[in-house]
Amino acid sequence: MSETRANLNVFFALAAFGVAAPFIFPNYMAQMTELWLFIVFALTWDLVGGQMGYNSFGNVIFIGIGVYATAVIQVALLYDVGDYNAARGGGTSFVFNEMQYLEGLALGLPVSAIMAALLAVLIGSAVLGMRGQYFAICTLGLGIAAGEIAGGWEWIGAGSGMTVPQPPPAFPTTRLFYYLSLGLAVITFLFIGWLLRTRFGLAINAIRDDEDKAEAMGHYTTRIKVTAWAIAAFFLGIAGGIYGNLKRFIDPTDVAFPGQTIGVWMVLMAILGGKGTILGPVIGAIIFQFTKEFFWTYLLGWQRVALGVLIVVIVVFFPKGVVGYMRNRRAARLIAGQGR
Amino acid sequence: MTAMLEVRNVSKSFGGVVANHDISLEVPEGRIIGLIGPNGSGKTTLFNSIVGYHPIDSGSIRFKSREISTLLVPDIARLGLLRTFQQTRIYGEMTCVQNMLISVSERNSRFIDLFTSQTGAGVERADELLEFVGLYEKRFLAAGTLSFGQQKLLEFAMALMNDPHMLMLDEPTAGINPTLINGLIERLRRANAEFGITLFVIEHNMRVIMNLAEHIYCLAHGELLADGTPDQIRNDQRVIDAYLGAH
Amino acid sequence: MSNIDLLIDAPILLVQLISDGLMIGAIFALAAFGMALVWGVMKIINICQGEFVMLGGYVAVWMASAGVSPFLGVPVAAVLMFIFGWLLYQTIIYRIVDHDLFISILATFGISIVLQQLMNEAFGADVRIAESGLGTWFIFGGLVTISQVKVVAFVLAFILGGVLVYFLKKSRVGQAIRATSQDARAARVLGINTNHVYAITYGLNAAICGACGALVAMAYTIHPYIGLPYTIRSFMIVVVAGLGNLGAVILASLGLGSAENIAGFILGAEYQLAFVFSLLVIVLVLRNWRLARKRQYLK
Repeated sequence: MSETRANLNVFFALAAFGVAAPFIFPNYMAQMTELWLFIVFALTWDLVGGQMGYNSFGNVIFIGIGVYATAVIQVALLYDVGDYNAARGGGTSFVFNEMQYLEGLALGLPVSAIMAALLAVLIGSAVLGMRGQYFAICTLGLGIAAGEIAGGWEWIGAGSGMTVPQPPPAFPTTRLFYYLSLGLAVITFLFIGWLLRTRFGLAINAIRDDEDKAEAMGHYTTRIKVTAWAIAAFFLGIAGGIYGNLKRFIDPTDVAFPGQTIGVWMVLMAILGGKGTILGPVIGAIIFQFTKEFFWTYLLGWQRVALGVLIVVIVVFFPKGVVGYMRNRRAARLIAGQGR
Repeated sequence: MTAMLEVRNVSKSFGGVVANHDISLEVPEGRIIGLIGPNGSGKTTLFNSIVGYHPIDSGSIRFKSREISTLLVPDIARLGLLRTFQQTRIYGEMTCVQNMLISVSERNSRFIDLFTSQTGAGVERADELLEFVGLYEKRFLAAGTLSFGQQKLLEFAMALMNDPHMLMLDEPTAGINPTLINGLIERLRRANAEFGITLFVIEHNMRVIMNLAEHIYCLAHGELLADGTPDQIRNDQRVIDAYLGAH
Repeated sequence: MSNIDLLIDAPILLVQLISDGLMIGAIFALAAFGMALVWGVMKIINICQGEFVMLGGYVAVWMASAGVSPFLGVPVAAVLMFIFGWLLYQTIIYRIVDHDLFISILATFGISIVLQQLMNEAFGADVRIAESGLGTWFIFGGLVTISQVKVVAFVLAFILGGVLVYFLKKSRVGQAIRATSQDARAARVLGINTNHVYAITYGLNAAICGACGALVAMAYTIHPYIGLPYTIRSFMIVVVAGLGNLGAVILASLGLGSAENIAGFILGAEYQLAFVFSLLVIVLVLRNWRLARKRQYLK
């Protein structure tokens, strides 16, 4: 079976599972919601990293923008944001009814997407002008600096963080976030899948394989790079908005700009599944989420050490990931078949 | 008639080292012009200067009557001036066909056109050109798995795919099996005669360049030493000295 | 901002900030030198550089808590960390030496996470110090305080640096290291066992960081998460100063130390980390922009 057919089969199976899962595993909704978001993190990372060769450690800046922008808009529609955060939000003085809550979300998510994409366009030509290790470490610095700076901004709650607006208790937030995340993951997957089949997809691969050559052949590589990053930022902004709401409380360095956790994890997910493939990041996110939950449940106290070890093991021993391994096996089988 | 490429008094230094000094030459339209010189004479530096790889210290470079010494690499390429690399550069992880498809000229397209499907009219032309260089059977293989000689042919095909007005080739026969050199030369001639592409060729292989070029420039120590027809260059004592003296 | 006004009204504060900055800067220089060594010889950007510093610090803390003078901690930390670095090379690092730089960044990042969390488990997240028992000097009528142990650390850092430079220049191992950094293939052809050289270089770097850590533990404080900022500082200094220029490394380090202190005073201590990481971004962007005007880029 061709790889495209296999990809489609996996996609439909996953999508079907996704729709049915809340009914089969109602106790794991939060983890599965996080999984769909992780898939978005991994797919968008791979677009700029595995497909274009710009391995970013700082995509969290777009998640963080989404986290804060959505929450701020949700609050700002009804109350003064400064007051809300000074009073540490919530409680009886800052109430949201169903309609208000949904309106806030419905406005916040698209605005987050646009703001994140705008940030990518603003800093893209400067940051993407660097290559390889300089880009990687610069984005690492960006991700962490953003978290530290957010931690000092009083208006959004500074180091004490920000409480996300809560709808009335009866409101089915778990279901809402689950299907929002699932929907976002599906749309991101389909969009990136389409994008990779256009000439733009060829262009970003060319940049990865030999950027100087691409320029020498007449491509405006800066424009292409910034566009790719802006696309990633767009989806990350929405994912961030959902993620912040999911966590209910925004800590600037742990939730909004998690540079040393999620920022690195998304790289690991893409490599684990297979860098530079459409299904790789998806598979990687799934394996990673299962492994992470396993570590958190059974290796409590040592879960982060275990994750660090996992990173080293994957990077050193399995840099081609699951999809890479499967492709090698197929190639080996084809060659063996021809030998007969 | 103005030449397609006019290089006037171009100089370029790196740190304290003078790579090109006051070089002037011309490449008339539709011709095949050669550039020779011993190692280290500044040939590749001159090529790099022309295509905008680095800025020049002084002088002027005009392509089709247009000053290009201040333009950036992609802009110069879009004007129809392409170059191939000495080390042969192709997109290693992409298939030969994909290498060809992404080499279609961007001259007349807008940015938004990048978001159209990969498959289309370009595939037919890509197949034709791959056939032209003899790589049709290997068109779905990753370019990085080809042999060095095959990669050189692919790079040449990619350049043709881009519809250049002028193609600058940096040592097109270097590293090629001698039995395949004639085939490559033949294709270069056909590209010039049938597709009307002006050629400017750096070469070390004297037999090749003497047979291919109509006019040859010789560099030595970063300066223009001599120029003339292959016969004139062959018998020019200064050129002979430069090559022998370099060893 | 009131803090800036304070500085303008009492410029003597600037003396305090800069003197403190110079003293920590010397330690930055040492760590940066180690990073440049590994980068130049093995072409690896060692993201766990800061964690080696942190580990060295904990060696000194542990020795101090066992009643031994933390000054002894410097050589002990260096030796222990050399062994640790050498072992780490033989088990993991040797596998990533020839891979692309991104793999080495990610792998050493993973190692840094492991080390951070291990120390967090072992010692807790609290800030620790290795008491040296030294006092303070007061100058300018008590307006400027100079902690004696910081001066000692400053001097020791320079001594260690000097020993290092001498070792690299004169010893056979040092020459082998320098030969390998210039051209690994040529070195191999000449009979140098480059794998051996890599192992020693990596261990040496760990030892340097270990010594730095002991100095930091004595003169300042340590906790499990000081690592990444140190790594970023070392990287920044190497980018600004270049791989070969020792004088530039020292200048850049001293400058960074002072700048950090001044920024921490003006912006507030909670912004000091933000300053370090933001400075990294600014330094890289500016460097690249300057190269871009010559149509080049950071390589």
